[in-house]
Amino acid sequence: MVIDAGTREARVWDELSRIADPEIPAISLVDLGVIGSVDIDDERVRVRLLPTFIGCPAIGVMQQQITEVVGGMGLAPRVDVEISFDPPWTSERITPNGRERLRLSGFAPPVIAETDGLDELSVLPIAECPYCGSRNTSLDNPFGPTLCRAIYHCADCRQPFEQFKRI
Amino acid sequence: MTAAPPILDTAARAALAELLLSIADDEFVIGFWDSEWTGIAPMLEEDVATSSIAQDEIGHAKAFYELLAELTDDDPDRIAYGRSADAFRHATLLNHSRGDWAFSVARRYLYETADAVRLAALARSSHEPLALLAAKMRREETYHLLHADAWLRRLADGAGRQRLIQAIVRLWPDAQDLFAPLAGEEKLVRDGLLPEPMAVMHRTWQANVRPVLDLVVEALPDAAPSSNGRTRRSEDFAWLHGEMTSVVRSEEAATW
Repeated sequence: MVIDAGTREARVWDELSRIADPEIPAISLVDLGVIGSVDIDDERVRVRLLPTFIGCPAIGVMQQQITEVVGGMGLAPRVDVEISFDPPWTSERITPNGRERLRLSGFAPPVIAETDGLDELSVLPIAECPYCGSRNTSLDNPFGPTLCRAIYHCADCRQPFEQFKRI
Repeated sequence: MTAAPPILDTAARAALAELLLSIADDEFVIGFWDSEWTGIAPMLEEDVATSSIAQDEIGHAKAFYELLAELTDDDPDRIAYGRSADAFRHATLLNHSRGDWAFSVARRYLYETADAVRLAALARSSHEPLALLAAKMRREETYHLLHADAWLRRLADGAGRQRLIQAIVRLWPDAQDLFAPLAGEEKLVRDGLLPEPMAVMHRTWQANVRPVLDLVVEALPDAAPSSNGRTRRSEDFAWLHGEMTSVVRSEEAATW
């Protein structure tokens, strides 16, 4: 039986959507937007991985998980997971489903940007409390427990919460 | 990297290697100095912030070492941990121990402002893997720059003012060396690998920081990069080099 490449690629994307982010398991790698592309030929499956942060220590874990899962599909003799900054990962790559998943697990999704650039204005302390929905919040620390998170405080429900950083 | 390896002649390759090594070493060494604040920063939030920034910088160093290793067919870990202290090419600004909090804030401000100018230029490099990496890095560094700027202003307006002034005066000459001329720089500029000469970036940086620093320090002298600004090493750095290579040296044949 001949399976066309489009279908095989779709199957890979489907499998990748079941791999949880190692640092925030509520969201999958596909919803996080770190999968840049999937290409398959007779020799190999090539997955381009776009790191959220260059120094993210979870990159190696992601590469390993992708290699295992895609390798287990038996589509080609080899799986290459290549790190790429083309295009650079930005927080706009998180899918609507991913944003919802973040919110449900207590993370404010990153602010949607009005411009492409990342200037002082766009890093202003804006976050919607994932618990009560209030915007009466303040930025406690633009740096959090992992490179990609910032810490906020909600003045209405008095909860500290984390935001997936806009970048 | 997904881009096909660009065709570079031997001279361009050597010059680009020198550029990558300089920047990688800057990021690596400042990352190590700042990581020393983990656990002892003046407040918990700063403990988290400084650690996070240090982790970013070491991650950036790793990415630069990988680009360099690809270019020279070397191993990034060997470049990072297998060289003698004398072979490092960071600017003299990074030769100093972390000092007190004001000293680290002053250094970080001087460094981040210079790094911003450098990355803006490198994002236009004709070496595509470098341009892509610099573009990605700029987004992360925006947070570092805001953080450094906020702390400089905070200390300048508070009880830390005198210490901050002393630190800036002491570091100012060495900060210029972030723009010290590179071997092969003419070639780098001609081929578009380095879109602007160091001297031009130096002027841009000075124009950015002088108005801010002049509000804090009276009569900061004119200063220029020195020709050996990336080769002079210090006792402080010799100590740090011993620290950062101690685990690797403990079991040289080990695989991790």
